[in-house]
Amino acid sequence: MRILIAGATSGIAKECARIWAQSEGTELVLVARDTQKLAAMAADLRVRSPKVAIQSFSLNLVDPAEVADLETRLRALGELDVALIAQGELTDQGLAQSSAEALAKSLTVNATSVALFAELAARIMESQGHGSIALIGSVAGDRARRANYSYGAAKAFIDTYVRGMRHRFAESGIRVTVIKPGPTATPMTTALATSGKLASASQVAADIVSGISGGKSVVYTPGLWRYIMLVVRLIPQPIFDKLNF
Amino acid sequence: MHANVTSFGRLGSADHEVLNAAPFTGGHNLLPRGLGSSYGDVCLNPGGTLLQTSALNNFLAFDPVTGLLTVEVGVTLGQIQSTFAPKGWMLSVTPGTQFVSVGGAIGNDVHGKNHHALGTFGDNLVSLRLLRSDGQLLNCSRDENEAMFRATIGGLGLTGLILDATIQLQPVAGAYLDTETIVFGNSKEFLDLSDSSEPDWQYIVSWIDCTSKHGRGLFMRGNNSADTRVPNVKVGGPTVPFTPPVSLINRASVKLFNEAYFNLNRMKAGVAKAHYQSYFYPLDAVQRWNLAYGPKGFYQYQMVIPRQGGKEALDEILATIRQSGQGSFLAVLKTFGQTRGPGMLSFARPGITLALDFTNYGDRTEALFQRLDRIVLAAGGTLNPSKDARMSREMFQLGFPGQIEFEAFRDPAMSSAMSRRLMGW
Repeated sequence: MRILIAGATSGIAKECARIWAQSEGTELVLVARDTQKLAAMAADLRVRSPKVAIQSFSLNLVDPAEVADLETRLRALGELDVALIAQGELTDQGLAQSSAEALAKSLTVNATSVALFAELAARIMESQGHGSIALIGSVAGDRARRANYSYGAAKAFIDTYVRGMRHRFAESGIRVTVIKPGPTATPMTTALATSGKLASASQVAADIVSGISGGKSVVYTPGLWRYIMLVVRLIPQPIFDKLNF
Repeated sequence: MHANVTSFGRLGSADHEVLNAAPFTGGHNLLPRGLGSSYGDVCLNPGGTLLQTSALNNFLAFDPVTGLLTVEVGVTLGQIQSTFAPKGWMLSVTPGTQFVSVGGAIGNDVHGKNHHALGTFGDNLVSLRLLRSDGQLLNCSRDENEAMFRATIGGLGLTGLILDATIQLQPVAGAYLDTETIVFGNSKEFLDLSDSSEPDWQYIVSWIDCTSKHGRGLFMRGNNSADTRVPNVKVGGPTVPFTPPVSLINRASVKLFNEAYFNLNRMKAGVAKAHYQSYFYPLDAVQRWNLAYGPKGFYQYQMVIPRQGGKEALDEILATIRQSGQGSFLAVLKTFGQTRGPGMLSFARPGITLALDFTNYGDRTEALFQRLDRIVLAAGGTLNPSKDARMSREMFQLGFPGQIEFEAFRDPAMSSAMSRRLMGW
């Protein structure tokens, strides 16, 4: 099974790779920006699972030309069974409001780049007729709030993108999944993770891997978030406006 | 970013700046932090910065011939055990929880149930790479920067940021241990059992009933089993859901629990086979058990006293605890082997070690600790800094004469609540 992981060195994606590497016959195609982190990740996976095959591509994930170039190289490898699109960065809401540059960067990484990779995977899978595409969204995309709506809006974009792709591929062998993790302990959330109890990246990764293989449309992880967000979405806006969170 | 951070004993919390340890760009008033599983203040730096190592979690290299494993400092002991047990290797030394980073295990030079056989974690550490706040990257081992190596083992995180380390694993057949549980009625029986068991049993630990008159308990010895099975075991069972308004561990519950635990296990005494998860890490099965001690938290008091005169001191300590009506379910007793820990500040040394948890009842608890301190000091013993939150500077200086040599190897940018309390800065 050949698995593409974009944004591979992110905390959650790395844990997914560790799980997939344990299965016989897995070939991981890791794509990320930082060459050193990619090399360390590949070494880690080889220590854990000596039989795993790994290809690494270091590139600028927001550059359309580099993404197009990657497509050529991926097609040369053969068929692609799974694509996990995991790049993202936590956005400082205050900074996004005050700095046009910060806002543009956040939207480029969290939305545009994710769409570029989703379409790349879709083109490859469409020509082969099968495959699973999973995009990492967030519970933050389910309802916008003042504390993080720049990040939330980008994640809502991912949700809408997945719905559209799912409609497009409804009659085919291609499955499209949106993953919605709650707050997870990763390098992105270090301070929060140190002071409290966040879901562990490995727990979230286990949910993602089983959600993808089960062909689910939406994966909330930890699962409790499905019900929390159901309630949060149902709060009428006039009441929501008075809540401070 | 800032966060309110506490340690495992939950004696108090304070605001800290929290940064990812890498990339490390220097600064001042810094302290590397792994999982924060230390009970006391060794992992706290109120008003300063914590360099969180959890993102440094890669395995770097493994040699299946020699069993040498190189890992980044934030890798946890649990990850090593679960990854390598199926490959026929396990940690040479592990403490009683797997929720410990490799950096924490080195910085506190932790020990396990097999100290008499394999020494401390530091004894099985081959080398490490240490990043100092002035930007120097030092390779440290018994052959290179040897003094810095000894300073960093048990160095309480004060010599710099460990980036990665190479440790010696031990070969095992599978995930199981052959165990035997023997009831003992007093401290003499415990010591006799320890002496006769040490040559043939790698793991030895005892539970002692700190509410009983004579110090009855359960002596548990084990060896890695020839059983080759390595089943997947889910770590973590029930969770203590919230902090109760008062400690659930009080005079009545401790007496009841100890009575029940002793009698249940007396019936089950004898030989058995145990998965390493339940044998090494029984408490990891109850998530967040530290909350049960209530909002004021708890102390762990771990002492070591020399064998010479140790039995009498141990009896006096147990009598003092019993009379105080404090004490806990978790009284752990064992003997250390004949070697001292390799670090300048290592705690492990020949003698008898007893560790107990105490609900924090404020002055009443501190008064008990001061009585115990006097007995420990009179016996020539000391306390374990990685558990401590309250010993005096004088007691630390008496128990850790290596701190004079250690001083020169500290990183000027590193500091902790404990270092300020026990070393002055």
